[in-house]
Amino acid sequence: MSDEPARDAGYDDFVDAAKDGAPYYLECEAGHGSLPPRMVCPDCGDTNLEEKELPTSGTIVAHNVVHVPTPRFQDDTPYATAIVDFGPVSVTGQVRGVDPQEVENGQSVTLDVDLTDTNEDQVLVFDVE
Amino acid sequence: MTRVRVAGGGLTHFGVHPERTSRELFGEAGEAAIEDAGIDRSEIESIFFGNFMGELSEHQGHMGPLAAEALGIDAPATRYESACASSGVAVRQAVLNVRSGEADVVLVGGAERMNNLPTADATDALAIAADDLYEVKAGMTFPGAYALMADAYFDEYDGSREDLAHVAVKNHENALDNEYAQFQKAISVEKAMDAPPVAEPLHLYDACPFTDGAAAMVLVSEEYAEENDLDASVAITGSGQGSDRLALQDRRYLTRTPAAEDAGEQAYEDAGVSPEDVDLAEVHDCFTIAEALAIEALGFFEPGEGIGAARRGETTADGDLPVNLSGGLKAKGHPVGATGASQVVEMAKLLDGTHHNAEKVPEATVGVTHNAGGTVASTAVHVLEVVE
Repeated sequence: MSDEPARDAGYDDFVDAAKDGAPYYLECEAGHGSLPPRMVCPDCGDTNLEEKELPTSGTIVAHNVVHVPTPRFQDDTPYATAIVDFGPVSVTGQVRGVDPQEVENGQSVTLDVDLTDTNEDQVLVFDVE
Repeated sequence: MTRVRVAGGGLTHFGVHPERTSRELFGEAGEAAIEDAGIDRSEIESIFFGNFMGELSEHQGHMGPLAAEALGIDAPATRYESACASSGVAVRQAVLNVRSGEADVVLVGGAERMNNLPTADATDALAIAADDLYEVKAGMTFPGAYALMADAYFDEYDGSREDLAHVAVKNHENALDNEYAQFQKAISVEKAMDAPPVAEPLHLYDACPFTDGAAAMVLVSEEYAEENDLDASVAITGSGQGSDRLALQDRRYLTRTPAAEDAGEQAYEDAGVSPEDVDLAEVHDCFTIAEALAIEALGFFEPGEGIGAARRGETTADGDLPVNLSGGLKAKGHPVGATGASQVVEMAKLLDGTHHNAEKVPEATVGVTHNAGGTVASTAVHVLEVVE
């Protein structure tokens, strides 16, 4: 037991890699992409998963503007969250560098990590290119 | 195989009752169900109880035994948790239990207490139905998740906020005379359109409320109903369940709900009916867009056509396929772990003629209930039919 919060293995590694500008995804032998932590490909059950470089640029496929947040984001509203298609995988995050009302599907973005205003927690974000 | 009969159903008032514990709420609903069934409680052989967020709202896990003692019943009792589909899944397990011959009489339902939490904490509690790592940590809320689905739907099919407003107006209208409903008041399309945003493109009247409440039913085998001369004219003739990837980002579709399609197909095949045979539906309209997705997944409308169904009058009380005559989650309320069971209670009453809106559908003999968990990563669908 520890008094320190434990890391979420796989996920926190993914966030760290995104912060370092080298995000990755997992690919099975059949070519299905998924995000860590995974022991098994969720699409086909293959257990041979290999880390691959995530394409740097993705496309917004859906977005919103959140006004009623959970406590972790109470000082961050309004903010836009989006699902971004990077090809082999899609990722959910907050859109940065543009007014939330100006976010549009089809916009090209890159993955990054920022801190929340509420607690300075790390959060996956997308920078509009 | 026995056709499982609905022998009795009971509901508490759905609304803002922050002081009422879920055990007390379930005691009231269960007692009403037992009385409605006209059986002795000692006949009940097993209890199936749905609850979602008891740990967070009441600091209470292990709620199966509490549900049993709330009703003075000494029988195996199990809690089922599948987010907002918790008691729909519990109903399915109860049906399968009776069909298997394991029991002739079971009690199934659910309860949820939510309004004792501040809004932000209740929002946080609901969010745990999403993927904590990849959705909640990114700032996703439940309205936020359905907002993404609505946004993708608008993009693909040209639906509009006004279409969604018509869903809310219809469901409020249906609840006007529902004594159990949280909102017994009419709203207008204009009022819905002008409401403050929760997670754009969804606004306040696109969202169901936080609700405290419980629902329960007594289900019996056909043989038991006949031997004991029970008044149980409605049977659950079809049951199905489907799952999908938990996070929206991992789904093949943002504008379709395959878990509901799968559950619906199973339930129809189980009952030997098709979507064309269905007279009524109670669907999981936690957000207005969810009703559109549900009636498409159940095969009533083509993809892209569901969103305009309320506006076109096809799903209103006088339409070809009335949807959510109870008022739905939108107006009746959504005590999360009780909702799936409450849909079946309301449908059984609509079909046996004892519901406040039954007079609007006197010829109805086949009904479908659709209960979805999360962003439809879990779905339970049931077919109910008048069998005598």
